[in-house]
Amino acid sequence: MELLLAITIGIVVATSVYLMLDRNVLRFLFGLVLLSNAVNLVIFAAGRLTAGAPPLIADGAYAPDGQIANALPQALVLTAIVIGFGLLAFTLALVYRTYKSLGTVNSDEMRLAEPEDTHK
Amino acid sequence: MADDYIKVPRFMGGPAGWISILFPAALFIYFAGLLPQIAQTPVMRGIDWVPSLGIRLSVILDGLSMTFALLITGIGTAVTLYSSRYLGDHPHYPRFVSYLLIFMVGMLGLVLADNLISVFVFWEVTTISSYLLIGFNADKAASRRSALQALLVTGAGGLILLAGIIVLGNIAGSYELSEILPQGDMIRAHPWYLAILLMFLAGAFTKSAQVPFHFWLPNAMAAPTPVSAYLHSATMVKAGVFLMARMNPALGGTDVWFWVLTIFGGVTAVFASVMALRQTDIKQVLAYTTLMALGTLTMFIGAGTHYAISAAMLFLVVHSLYKAALFLMIGIVDHSTGTRDATVLRGLGRAMPLTALAAALAALSMAGIPPLVGFVGKEYMYKASLGLDQGMIWVTAMTFAASALMFVAGGIVALKPFRGQLAETPHKAHEGPWQMLAGPLVLGALSLTFGLMPDLLGEYIVGPGARAVYGPHEDLHLHLWGGLNAALYLSLATFAAGLLLYLVHTRIRSALTRIENRNPIDFDAGWDRLLDGFKAFAAWQTGLIQTGSLQRYMAVIFGAFIVMVGGTYLVKGAFSGLPGLSQAEAHPVQWTVLALIAVGSILVVWTHSRMTAVAGMGVVGIGVSLIFIIFSAPDVAITQLLVEVLVVVLVSLVMLRLPYLPRRSSKNFRTGHAIIAGGVGVVTTFLMISVLGSDFDPRLTEFFEKASYPDAHGRNIVNVILVDFRALDTFGEITVVTMAAIAAYALLRGVKKAVPDDEREA
Repeated sequence: MELLLAITIGIVVATSVYLMLDRNVLRFLFGLVLLSNAVNLVIFAAGRLTAGAPPLIADGAYAPDGQIANALPQALVLTAIVIGFGLLAFTLALVYRTYKSLGTVNSDEMRLAEPEDTHK
Repeated sequence: MADDYIKVPRFMGGPAGWISILFPAALFIYFAGLLPQIAQTPVMRGIDWVPSLGIRLSVILDGLSMTFALLITGIGTAVTLYSSRYLGDHPHYPRFVSYLLIFMVGMLGLVLADNLISVFVFWEVTTISSYLLIGFNADKAASRRSALQALLVTGAGGLILLAGIIVLGNIAGSYELSEILPQGDMIRAHPWYLAILLMFLAGAFTKSAQVPFHFWLPNAMAAPTPVSAYLHSATMVKAGVFLMARMNPALGGTDVWFWVLTIFGGVTAVFASVMALRQTDIKQVLAYTTLMALGTLTMFIGAGTHYAISAAMLFLVVHSLYKAALFLMIGIVDHSTGTRDATVLRGLGRAMPLTALAAALAALSMAGIPPLVGFVGKEYMYKASLGLDQGMIWVTAMTFAASALMFVAGGIVALKPFRGQLAETPHKAHEGPWQMLAGPLVLGALSLTFGLMPDLLGEYIVGPGARAVYGPHEDLHLHLWGGLNAALYLSLATFAAGLLLYLVHTRIRSALTRIENRNPIDFDAGWDRLLDGFKAFAAWQTGLIQTGSLQRYMAVIFGAFIVMVGGTYLVKGAFSGLPGLSQAEAHPVQWTVLALIAVGSILVVWTHSRMTAVAGMGVVGIGVSLIFIIFSAPDVAITQLLVEVLVVVLVSLVMLRLPYLPRRSSKNFRTGHAIIAGGVGVVTTFLMISVLGSDFDPRLTEFFEKASYPDAHGRNIVNVILVDFRALDTFGEITVVTMAAIAAYALLRGVKKAVPDDEREA
């Protein structure tokens, strides 16, 4: 299972990197969404995988009984999901606003701050 | 500068002028009072400045630093008095004297400091104040260029000097000169000696404008004349000479030292004297004669005998006295007539008798004619050069050539402008005001006094100075008349040669001009090419790295990830030794979910339809939340699902207003991008495999499991971590989301206004 998961993560990362290398900022954005999913999986899996034992403490007990899933990466991933969503929402607004102002979604054509001829 | 001409000066330049005059005057009196004591034993005091780095603000007052301190404060007083009239009603006069005082403090610190790090700091203070003063007429492009050139040349030398100081400090175990200088034998034998020497000389040669770093000094004449008199002839440019003299006990006396200093110094001296004849602007003539003096001083410090060091100390004082006077004199002439052109100025003697007197005294000293002190200085240089080993006769020859040419320069500067019929000048010639005459006259009078009573100079200045540089030795006895000896015959020959050259100097000048026009080696133009080269290089490498292309930046980031992480795996040989993973069978549900995730992400890449892409992202997101459910993370799964729905909704909303994706075609596939993407994916997979295969450290997890209920009274451990143990993190997370929302709102709010009317209709 771990090997399969590692390979799947590799595939998702590869597709997201390919998308983020695109000139079209919309495709870049898709890459960003996929990459944050892949990274969440990496964090989650790094805490080891335990099936069917959520990190809960039974009524009346002071500590969990037996082997349970690792709670720490779950907490980290929860935070990461929410932050990733904030980032995505902001980036979406930025892309939209950029398109409305500059009339393009091509990152190479967004040269308001650095016009092309300054590099010559 | 003629355009700085003063009409209605305030008396002594107002408060700024008063302070700037009294400060050096008071210091001069203070130092002069210490003179008899210092002539016997040097004084040292100090306080800790940065004790952790071994930097002390310590002071050493011996013959060498005393000589410089007196020159700095004495000529400083003359120059500030002069400036109070010369620039007194300039709108930026207070700024000017502030720069001048900053320089004065820096220069005093440089010569008095016992700690090499402080020496460097003060060294840079003089560099920076020199930059500000050369560029004082900042509205002129030439001033700005000259100022920057001086700053870059001397600043670069200063940085190399700093490196030398640090290496020397490490070897000697201290930055205190008083502890370094006695270790001379150890330093000279050290393998790093040559490197240290060259680094110190790089600093000294740039500061003291030795060929091939000389070109900045003539350009520095763009500064107002008092600055040229003070910084660029009497004091700052001698800082390099000072450094060589100061380091002589530690670095001097070797063959390298001897050859480098005498050759560079000699070449500078002769080259500069010849170039002096080429100039028509009298200020430029003086600038090149200053170069000659700096070369001569370097040559004699390099020669290194007690006689040579004494001659250098003597010539140092002699030169400062006459050269400052000549600069100040030419400022008066410029101020009075509106020109400094040697081919124009004639017959000023009647109209400006006192200026002519000052000029005559100084120029006679420069030409080395008795009974001025310049004659004494020249005699001792001849004696010192004759006292060197056989085969060093070329030192004498260089001295002879430079002295004869100085004789000619003296005539050009101070004889020709004042003799004969009064010539037409832009302004009508008239005598200068007393504030401006005082300096040159006093300096001229000193040249005469010391010429008549050279022992005064010998006992208090030259003797203690030579002792500080050379070490204990019987002092020289200075006298005007040394009897009939080789030096005297050489002097007479110098006069004859000088007189001959003076008579034909206009012809020499035109010949030199012709040669210069054909000469392909032009240091100043070379400097411009060097700077242009730097700028072109900077533009090239900025264009290479800062392309402004998001694609390029991403490629660099991901490429770096592959090279650094993957490279580490290769170097450490970790690919072969990947740890074995648990062989637990993947449940069909599990691998189905994983396959869904993989297919979904590939779909996003493959499709050219925005809707399909959003669907693919949704598949990946839901697949990930299924993984969370399978592996016991219900809270995370719920959040992931909610967020995934929101993402799809948001992206769809925005996409309604964005253009379509470009059609998929073979052109759209980029092999380079695919290679980078595949590389990152493979490296990530290997990273995951090795993480999962290595030992797990459960300490933190066990802590949360044990503490969750007893400490935080919560049964859902994940929730307890979020709202209790890591509550501040969660608070930060909420802040980030709020900020993102506010920022997004701000971006979208004004969007209607930003759309041009024609576009909105379309």
